[in-house]
Amino acid sequence: MTETMPIRLKVNGEAVSALVEPRQHLADFLRLHLQLTGTHVGCEHGVCGACTVRMNGDIVRGCLTLAVQADGAEIETIEGLSESGEIADIQAAFHRRNALQCGFCTPGMLVTTSELLACIDRVPTREEVRSYLSGNYCRCTGYQAIVDAIVEVAVARRSGSDT
Amino acid sequence: MKPGAFGYRRAESAEDAVRLFLEVGEGAQYLAGGQSLMATLNFRVSEAGTLIDLTRIESLKGIEQRGNAIHIGALTTHASVARSSLVRKRLPLIAEAYVHVAHPAIRNRGTIGGSIALGDPASEMPACMLALDAVIHANGPAGKRSIPIDDFYLGLYETALEEGELLTGIEIPLPAEGARHGFEEIARRHGDYAMAGLAVMTTGRRARMAYFAISDRALRSTAAEDAFVSGASPAECAEVATREMYVFGDLNASENMKRHLAGVLMRRVLLSLDGGASA
Amino acid sequence: MTLTKYDRPNSYIGSRVPRPNITRLMAGRGKYIDDKSLPRMLHVVFVRSPFAHARIVSIDATAALAVEGVASVLTGRDIVDVVSPWVGVLTHLSGMRSPPQPCVATDTARWQGEPVAMVLASSRAIAEDAATLVDVDYDPLDAVCDMEEALEPRSPLIHPGYDSNLCWERKVEAGDVDAAFADPANTVVERSFDFGRHTGVTLEPRGCVCEYDPAEDRMTMHYSGQAPHMIQVVLAKHLGIPEGRVRVISDDVGGSFGIKVHTYGDEIAVAGAAKLLKRPVKFAADRLESFQSDIHAREHRVRVKAAINGEGLLQALDVDDITGIGPYSVYPRSSGIEGNQVINLTGAPYRIPAYRGRLRVVFQNKVPTCQYRAVGHPIAMAIMEGVMDELAKATGCDPAELRRINLVPDDAYPHVSAQGMKFADLSHQKCLAKLLDLMDYEALKQERDRLRGRGVYRGIGIVSMVEVTNPSPMFYGVGGAPIAAQDGASARLDASGALHVASSITEQGQGTDAMLAQIAADGFGVDLDMVHVKTGDTAVVPYGGGTWASRGAGIGGEAMLQACKALKAQVLEAAAAVLQAKPGALDIFRGAVTDLDGTERMTLADLARMVYYRGNELPAGLSPEFIATRHYKVSDVPFVFTNGAMASYVEVDTDTGIVKLLKHWVVEDVGTIINEQLVDEQIRGGVVQGIGGALYEECVYSDDGQLLNASMADYLVPMSVEMPDIEIAHVMTPTSTSELGAKGAGEAGTAGAPGAIMNAVNDALAPLGCSISKMPMSPERILRALGTVD
Repeated sequence: MTETMPIRLKVNGEAVSALVEPRQHLADFLRLHLQLTGTHVGCEHGVCGACTVRMNGDIVRGCLTLAVQADGAEIETIEGLSESGEIADIQAAFHRRNALQCGFCTPGMLVTTSELLACIDRVPTREEVRSYLSGNYCRCTGYQAIVDAIVEVAVARRSGSDT
Repeated sequence: MKPGAFGYRRAESAEDAVRLFLEVGEGAQYLAGGQSLMATLNFRVSEAGTLIDLTRIESLKGIEQRGNAIHIGALTTHASVARSSLVRKRLPLIAEAYVHVAHPAIRNRGTIGGSIALGDPASEMPACMLALDAVIHANGPAGKRSIPIDDFYLGLYETALEEGELLTGIEIPLPAEGARHGFEEIARRHGDYAMAGLAVMTTGRRARMAYFAISDRALRSTAAEDAFVSGASPAECAEVATREMYVFGDLNASENMKRHLAGVLMRRVLLSLDGGASA
Repeated sequence: MTLTKYDRPNSYIGSRVPRPNITRLMAGRGKYIDDKSLPRMLHVVFVRSPFAHARIVSIDATAALAVEGVASVLTGRDIVDVVSPWVGVLTHLSGMRSPPQPCVATDTARWQGEPVAMVLASSRAIAEDAATLVDVDYDPLDAVCDMEEALEPRSPLIHPGYDSNLCWERKVEAGDVDAAFADPANTVVERSFDFGRHTGVTLEPRGCVCEYDPAEDRMTMHYSGQAPHMIQVVLAKHLGIPEGRVRVISDDVGGSFGIKVHTYGDEIAVAGAAKLLKRPVKFAADRLESFQSDIHAREHRVRVKAAINGEGLLQALDVDDITGIGPYSVYPRSSGIEGNQVINLTGAPYRIPAYRGRLRVVFQNKVPTCQYRAVGHPIAMAIMEGVMDELAKATGCDPAELRRINLVPDDAYPHVSAQGMKFADLSHQKCLAKLLDLMDYEALKQERDRLRGRGVYRGIGIVSMVEVTNPSPMFYGVGGAPIAAQDGASARLDASGALHVASSITEQGQGTDAMLAQIAADGFGVDLDMVHVKTGDTAVVPYGGGTWASRGAGIGGEAMLQACKALKAQVLEAAAAVLQAKPGALDIFRGAVTDLDGTERMTLADLARMVYYRGNELPAGLSPEFIATRHYKVSDVPFVFTNGAMASYVEVDTDTGIVKLLKHWVVEDVGTIINEQLVDEQIRGGVVQGIGGALYEECVYSDDGQLLNASMADYLVPMSVEMPDIEIAHVMTPTSTSELGAKGAGEAGTAGAPGAIMNAVNDALAPLGCSISKMPMSPERILRALGTVD
């Protein structure tokens, strides 16, 4: 066994401390130490996007970030975003549009979508949505239903905020 | 696909990083955004004895204008650079290039300094730095120094940085009034490493034209620059570049393909300069 | 959703209800294989051969065993003691051969990535550390990679006991092919096509967790897969455990597409290790392992020759297919099916009087290939449709018109092709007509022609296609494979009036559970939220095949319909006795027993509680059964075929070779549609997988059998930006083989898309006088076809 290091961080609003091996990436830390298995490991080289989580407000690849680097950070995972209700409208639209099949990419898709919708102050075009999702691989849907769902939420959020 | 075991130290400043590097000795390796390094560690194609994490060095983050140059801290993330209004206004070449750089979650963590220091032959920033005639600032065991970008890239993943030397920032001279920029890359999928790409800056009759994903490193086509300066047409510049470039094939494009694309890019980018807006 | 009796009888079958069981997947509450953890569980990492072909001289695990946390290192010789080798041939593919395959190589490794040892440790990371320390001494042998060279007499032999590297050859001939080619009145064209090797890239890699209970000799395997009962047989047979003591559980599966329907040495070795070590063992493949051990598919070189007469009618077709399958035919489905489908299905949509086909299936030192989504169809459709466009060009006929006059007419069924395939209930003409309408073919052609004048090269590609669905026992069972062609369904009413159903088909994301729930709710008469579906556990569900070959809705769905109808009859019989009515005068609607006019008589809950708790109140002699089971198989025909037509519109950048997908249209006839949204999404996802094979995906090998792009950075899968929007329409011709009338929908998109894209690219290139017939159509290959790159 190699040496471990202590880390303290907030995960989904809860304070957490742990001893971790420096080599352990954040996705494995969330999955193995905290049983937050909604963060999926699909490639472990930063390509597929299934491990996408939020770190200090920005989305990052869980497999390309070390757990020790998350010391002091605030991490939000699909579990936290679901339970807070923050992405409930996105989830509902994904459900309506059947924008997921096997569901393995879906947590990463949803976390990425939450950032897209937060950082653009108008309804994105389909091309813009596709571009923002360019780092999230889905083998099942062909992406169209995902794009439909996201545009639908964007429109609903705009009309909600206009009234 | 778990990386082999390594140690971890966190640097508080550039000086602290260099000190840690020397203290750790063999196997020490700097970790910036980690978006390339972590993948190679996970694949166990590279291994580290101890990573020296630079990501907490606040003094190496940020973008500001100092006199006639823009300084970008090495640890500034791609996302921050791409969002910067200063960059968008004064260095539109970089803003344009960032449309093609990786994906949102990677840009949030990957750093401009890390990308330049790694020198992946297919990444955009090294070529942009060449086109913009940037100066690299480094800090190492032998102290601080500045390296003109033309002297920086030496070969495949090989730079002028010495053992233990850390890229701390880049200084980009503000393009002169009337400068024009052009950027294009050809990739099979959005955000992928390109099959070929070209970044160009021109001011009056001066020009800097840097290819990426064509050779073993980002590389200027001085022959095309000379042709441009002497008034050659885009097609002629393309012909010169195609003939003169030192080309390296890869899985997505053979040497002949890259040579062909080098010409296509030169023609397209120069035509866009003629028809496009100045910057 | 509010339903009225006026929505009956099809209130759920045919409705676009959202899948009831996926909200947990969106909340991160899925249960995929790597989420499973058991006490004392060990993690396995395989030591894999770095050579494509090498003799294993010795294995020294001393250093690996010294690593803290390592429990064991097992070699092929250790594993062969607990897991017997298998042979992956089907007897009805006459003449096919493949030698016994150990699940971990014992003396010779025959592909780069074949497991040679397994390291078991307390964590995956430690097992990986130790795996690097296992010292294997290899004696490299010449690798056989090119499938044509593999058949040359001087080629090294992959299996020493065989006289060549041929696995199987099949020839078929019907009608006078040579006369048609010799007739000077006919137009004859000939083309060759190359299809690159590709693989499934399920986002969740393969994996399993095995637990063995030595006290009772019970094996439980949790696995990410499509055919639990098949794996149950394999485990029982090759580990020597009574079948009834083997349980296979498949929870959430993160994509499968055929990749996870096969027997992999890796997973079975894990079961062997669990039995040897008497501890739970987990294998969760990483991405590198996926590329080196998931089955690959395709890799065909096909020569096609076709003749049409002066009226444009097809006269003869000659197909010669060679395909490379790696060193073993995969157990137990065999690696001959893909080529067999090419020979059987090429030209299937058309009337062709004479046909000749030859298939050669060849061993090579690459990853084994086997059935992956649309098995053979993408090749069969692409080569036929490529030739149709070639014929259209040669005769000056419009490509759509040439198809129209050659398609088997919609009123000509049943129809038997020259190859002997039996087709019924198809609608090629309707589908093509609807497609041309949907895409506005004439306007599109005008746009294409107008833009050509400006140097913009756009092209239109059309495909007519068939798809094998709902296979009968003639697919596998007849060849001796332990693969059920029938599926079972059970339906049970609980004391609260809820309906619990179980099925032997499985869910991998296509919406199996939702489809079953809709049929059950509809067939029995309750609201959808009163239906609870169980799939994927051999200890619980009826016996059956699983979900593959587009058989879930057609076979599993029919079984469910029949089970629920049977349960309804049983419940109504009891209700009639209680209510002193005739069963025929009662119905079940929205959870209540009603009169035929819909008047509620008593709720199912009241009835069930009376039956379960207060049997004393029932009429004497009444002993209701509130559970029913039905099984269903297709028995009249070998397969139920579906058909469809699709079109692609592309723009080729002739400077860079980049193909821009502008739009894609599909018209598909899947028979009865249970949930149009699910069907459409199957088609869309399938089209995009087909696009992958057409433009991006290829397992690139060096001459010595090294897989050069075994990462997701280098193996290119379709991503969101490049994919087109896909418009879908339907023609509905229910199959007459079942009451439900549903055919399969899972593979149509993948079957047709590559041909459509290839034809569209070639249409775009046509004015430049060149064409491409090698997939994937990479930018470089397109520029080579154009002659702008040497």
